[in-house]
Amino acid sequence: MSAETLEKAIEKKPAEALFSKRRRKLVADPLIDDNPITIQVLGICSALAVTTQMKPTLVMAISVIFVIAMSNFVISVMRNTIPARVRIIVQLAVVATLVTLVSEVLKAFAYDMYKELSVFIGLIITNCIVMGRLEAFAMGNKPYDSLLDGLGSALGYSWIILTVAFFRELFGSGSVFGIPVYNYVSSIFGPDFSLATNGLMVSPIGAFIILGLIVWVQRTKTGYVEH
Amino acid sequence: MELFSLAIRSIFIDNMIFAYFLGMCSFLAVSKKVSTALGLGAAVIFVLSVTTPVNWLLNEFILKEGALTWVSADLVAIDLSFLRFIMFIAIIAAMVQLVEMVVEKFAPALYGQLGIFLPLIAVNCAILGGSLFMAQRDYTLAESAVYGFGSGTGFLLAIVALAAIREKLKYSHVPNGLKGLGITMLLTGLMGLAFMSFMGIDL
Repeated sequence: MSAETLEKAIEKKPAEALFSKRRRKLVADPLIDDNPITIQVLGICSALAVTTQMKPTLVMAISVIFVIAMSNFVISVMRNTIPARVRIIVQLAVVATLVTLVSEVLKAFAYDMYKELSVFIGLIITNCIVMGRLEAFAMGNKPYDSLLDGLGSALGYSWIILTVAFFRELFGSGSVFGIPVYNYVSSIFGPDFSLATNGLMVSPIGAFIILGLIVWVQRTKTGYVEH
Repeated sequence: MELFSLAIRSIFIDNMIFAYFLGMCSFLAVSKKVSTALGLGAAVIFVLSVTTPVNWLLNEFILKEGALTWVSADLVAIDLSFLRFIMFIAIIAAMVQLVEMVVEKFAPALYGQLGIFLPLIAVNCAILGGSLFMAQRDYTLAESAVYGFGSGTGFLLAIVALAAIREKLKYSHVPNGLKGLGITMLLTGLMGLAFMSFMGIDL
């Protein structure tokens, strides 16, 4: 091959656009069609316990987005230097470091939130989505792609837990983001009218039922059937 | 007597699955057959009862604020508790590796059945959750051992019960969208409702 044709061959392959179709797919797929919670059944562990209120759920979602995207990126950068035999422990070390970072930041700037989330921030380490994405994607793909992939999965996770939290807070405490919606509604209809809150929604049972229903609706829409 | 009531509480009232949602991933994925569920449950009991006291020692003598005084009195101001996550998970991963080797050697059939889920016990939220709760609630060594065993047993109970229900469920007509995860979540909710009846018991 002469130098000229070699040059041509290189020229023919321009760098992939920053947001090419393939890369947009990486982010968009886990949102609906391949959602980590409703389709892949991952990451349910630490998610549901914090969803009694919207606010802690939002903090949790942001923390998870940070941890998944960053750990995917870091592991992908190191992927060629990690020996296969010890990869799990290397991955855990990276994830645990990132989670420690999140936890220390929360402790410093939002202590109340830190108290409220308690052990569940630490449990991001064992969120199956994190390890799942590291194993399935970051170990075999380039850093930027892995970052996007992690972002997509984390966003897919976030909107589900926020939806669960919305219903649980609305029905369980009669409020949304701490705003007492039920009180406003009752005041419109006069003093004799009042909406009752459902205590079951605040308990873990509410989360199971709401998530089961969301899965039903979502799978019916996408037509996904589990065998 | 207090230890006994702690054991009962961690099995039934503070059940890992129904009260804290910990270990849901493997709970949902490995609950299709009772025998597999039993194997996983036993592995979880073992790992939890070993890691919780070991992590207690680690926490008490290395990580806690002022824990290093047994080395030298000058170290009283050192607080390493920010290293908790990384140290706990390292201990857990090592223990799981150990269990994996033992199971592979002595029960190859179970090893084949558990498949990917054996190494994944390392990232089972119930295991790390047990250690973190132990640290947060200031248990003593004996209490943490009992707590680890108790919450493992609670997990086993939950997963075997769910597996038994799902085996029967195979013969019923479930709407397409609800098959698998959907119906399992609703079932878990109903089981949790049953477990709620233990809450009134004052121990």
